[in-house]
Amino acid sequence: MSVSKLGGSGLISSGAEWTFELIENYDHAIHDIAANEFGLDTYPNQIEVIASEQMLDAYASAGLPIGYPHWSYGKEFIRNEQAYRTGARGLAYEIVINSDPCIAYLMEENTMAMQALVIAHACYGHNSFFKGNYLFRQWTSADAIIDYMVFARNYVMQCEETYGAERVEEVLDSCHALMSHGVDRYRHPTPLSVAEERDRQRDREEYAWRQYDEIWRTLPTRAGAAGAQKSGAARFPTEPQENLLYFVEKYAPKLEPWQRELVRIVRKTAQYFYPQSQTKVMNEGWATFWHYTLLHRMFDKAQVDAGFMIEALASHTNVTMQRGFDQRGYGGLNPYALGFAMMCDIRRICEAPTQEDREWFPEIAGGDWMKVLDFAMRNYKDESFIGQFLSPKLMREFHLFAVADHEGEDDLVVDAIHNEQGFRRLRRLLATQYNRDQLLPDIQVTRYESAGDRSLTLRHQRSRKRPLAEEANEVLRHLARLWGFTVRLETSDESGRVESVNEIQC
Amino acid sequence: MSIIIDRRLNDRNKNAVNRQRFLRRYKEQIRKSVTDVVAERSITDMDKSGIVNIPVKDISEPSFHHGSSGGDREYVNSGNRHFNSGDKIPRPTGGSGKGSGEGGEGGDSDNFTFALSREEFMKLFFDDLELPHLVRNTLGEARDFKWRRAGYTPTGVPANLSVVRSLRNAMARRIAIGAPLRRQLLEMEAAQVAEDEIAADEIAANEIAAVRSRIARIPFIEEIDLRYRHRVKDPQPISRAVMFCLMDVSASMTEDKKDLAKRFFTLLYLFLTRKYEKVELVFIRHTDDAQEVDEDTFFHDTKSGGTVVLSALKLMQEIAGARYPSDSWNIYGAQVSDGDAFGADPEKSRSCLVDQLLPLVRYFAYVEVPDQVDRPSPLTHAYQRIDSDRFAMKSVMARNEVYPVLRELFKREATA
Repeated sequence: MSVSKLGGSGLISSGAEWTFELIENYDHAIHDIAANEFGLDTYPNQIEVIASEQMLDAYASAGLPIGYPHWSYGKEFIRNEQAYRTGARGLAYEIVINSDPCIAYLMEENTMAMQALVIAHACYGHNSFFKGNYLFRQWTSADAIIDYMVFARNYVMQCEETYGAERVEEVLDSCHALMSHGVDRYRHPTPLSVAEERDRQRDREEYAWRQYDEIWRTLPTRAGAAGAQKSGAARFPTEPQENLLYFVEKYAPKLEPWQRELVRIVRKTAQYFYPQSQTKVMNEGWATFWHYTLLHRMFDKAQVDAGFMIEALASHTNVTMQRGFDQRGYGGLNPYALGFAMMCDIRRICEAPTQEDREWFPEIAGGDWMKVLDFAMRNYKDESFIGQFLSPKLMREFHLFAVADHEGEDDLVVDAIHNEQGFRRLRRLLATQYNRDQLLPDIQVTRYESAGDRSLTLRHQRSRKRPLAEEANEVLRHLARLWGFTVRLETSDESGRVESVNEIQC
Repeated sequence: MSIIIDRRLNDRNKNAVNRQRFLRRYKEQIRKSVTDVVAERSITDMDKSGIVNIPVKDISEPSFHHGSSGGDREYVNSGNRHFNSGDKIPRPTGGSGKGSGEGGEGGDSDNFTFALSREEFMKLFFDDLELPHLVRNTLGEARDFKWRRAGYTPTGVPANLSVVRSLRNAMARRIAIGAPLRRQLLEMEAAQVAEDEIAADEIAANEIAAVRSRIARIPFIEEIDLRYRHRVKDPQPISRAVMFCLMDVSASMTEDKKDLAKRFFTLLYLFLTRKYEKVELVFIRHTDDAQEVDEDTFFHDTKSGGTVVLSALKLMQEIAGARYPSDSWNIYGAQVSDGDAFGADPEKSRSCLVDQLLPLVRYFAYVEVPDQVDRPSPLTHAYQRIDSDRFAMKSVMARNEVYPVLRELFKREATA
């Protein structure tokens, strides 16, 4: 690699063949543009070239390079393998792992142009998103995940040896069923140290002492209030708990220590993936926007030729295609298409705002697009990103329309379309559609009879009268298996009135 | 700066374990699907990999989520061309909305379809037949081997020692280890010639002697030089065979009975393909007269009529005589019938079999698929008196009873 060649312009390569040296050259050139011209802040990259079978392997474990053994990964593997072999589905060009260094897989079969596109997309796009976005910063520790998965794998395998594969599988099955309700949405306050606890205790006592007044002692207490206080004290947990796996891990009466550790492993894994599910549109949009921008910049600098661009753009276009609802193969909104369009749109609003944009986005219209995009990437998730930045122009371009499916009506009703009256409502509805709290049913632990029959009570508060899928009973059985005693699920309406109770005896 | 790593040579089958776990967990469903596949498949295709289907609902992993219908919800979709707000759209049948929120597996049906490898398929197929292990192994792999040379290994028995290779290695090692010493020696000798002082000379001479003795101490041959000729076993099929499948297709043969017959024929066929390089199949069906047909007709066409077993035996004899002379073909016969033969037919069949067919064939197996077990059929009655180690018969009601018919054959041929 000669620095003179890379520092200035000059065609890096032509033709489809890639070599490790060329990958290095491209990576260097892309890094130069990304870091120096656009100021992308990334983890160091670890680019790994793999074969297609290895890509299938990586798929099965949700992209992690290492995972504990479980049949469901086998199922996923078989499903992908079959789809791939029969030609029903191609393989992704890359997989990128939120770790430090950021690991990206390139497929051996790809051409040089594709490898460069993938490097720009994964190693600079996704990578900078992982490093910058607040959800990832808050909920994942990129430098520890690989080590943790190695630990998890070894631990699970050790348990299998000691306690038998079946018992381990039972616990993991049950945990997987609860995985979607095994994440923290808010940070627990860090536990107080002994010293802090003592300080507070002293403060409280001092406060009580200062406030002490003999006359209050002579007031009769109301009987009702005392009773309420008593029953309140007996109730555990005092506040409803939404992290079911955490509750099981901490309080399940019958679990053995190794089983608790398994619960913890699944919970930690679920938590690791928590930001991913909420930033799909942004993450893909961001990465797609950057590979598009970076490659164009390379073309402008004459580092790549027209053939390269044609190939990269052909692939780019395939990825960002949005089908209409009545077209074959429609699978909802394509996160790549929506995300990419929004990122480009923000840049457009900054660079060439129209009158409409000035009305809708007075704070960013005509601003510095790099700063605005960077701010958006760091501080939003899909829901808020769409709620904040989706412009009327895009709603028109996507021909978005909302359909209302209400229980009380015989027909579906078109709720809002891409017109002046509908823009705001449409945007709100679309944002809601990406709201994890709306998608997942609200199920929380309300009571654990720790002093009684040790039964566990969950409360499902229905939102907008939507029922649970029938599998819920299955999941309850899994929970009962972990809990070891009776588990019951109350269903309440939005006001909190209990409508029905399902109970699994154990 | 990025690190670039070539991982292509790493393990490729990381998920083999998970895959096996999946198969083990859903063995029952997969086995059921295998049974369906067996029914459709031709005998000659039986030992291939297979596509199996299992219902998706059996293998789904449950989770708490909202049901697909009920309650109030809105979906945002793209591609509006003619809707205006307030338009009504009839609810699609099935009640589900236009599910854009769910996202995902478009076009998935109710079945989870995937391929089993040949080994996996055969394992499940054999499981059903309850074959003993010996036979499974025999069928699972080619049994005859020929030794073939395959280069050299560093370990082996003395008889396989390759002297030339070992000595070549030894020489290479001696040269390699000795080279620096010899270079040192040359330098010292050159230095000695250059310098003339006597005292230094003596020290140098000592050093030279030391280096010379070190060179002399390099062993002539060492353990690591040894190379042994390596030989591997190559599977080696033997010659050719023909298998005659005889079946009574009169109306009393139901589909169930034919399924049993098919398994029986398949088992014999698999055994023969392991043993012989080339196996031909001849299908003869008979009612009151016999015909040679192709496999599909054999198993799936129905034909009405009486039952004359003799006709099939005669036809087999004819075909064998015309196309498969017993000196160049190994002939195997397999007959399936419900045993309902009338009049003189059973006796005539028996004598035809004993006198004319058994001398020709290496093995003849008869499987009866009766309606009731307790009453021996006329044909059984006649065949029971055959005393030959080339003949086996059994009355079979269920799949796991098929194998014993061939037990003698397997025992003899497999352990030979």
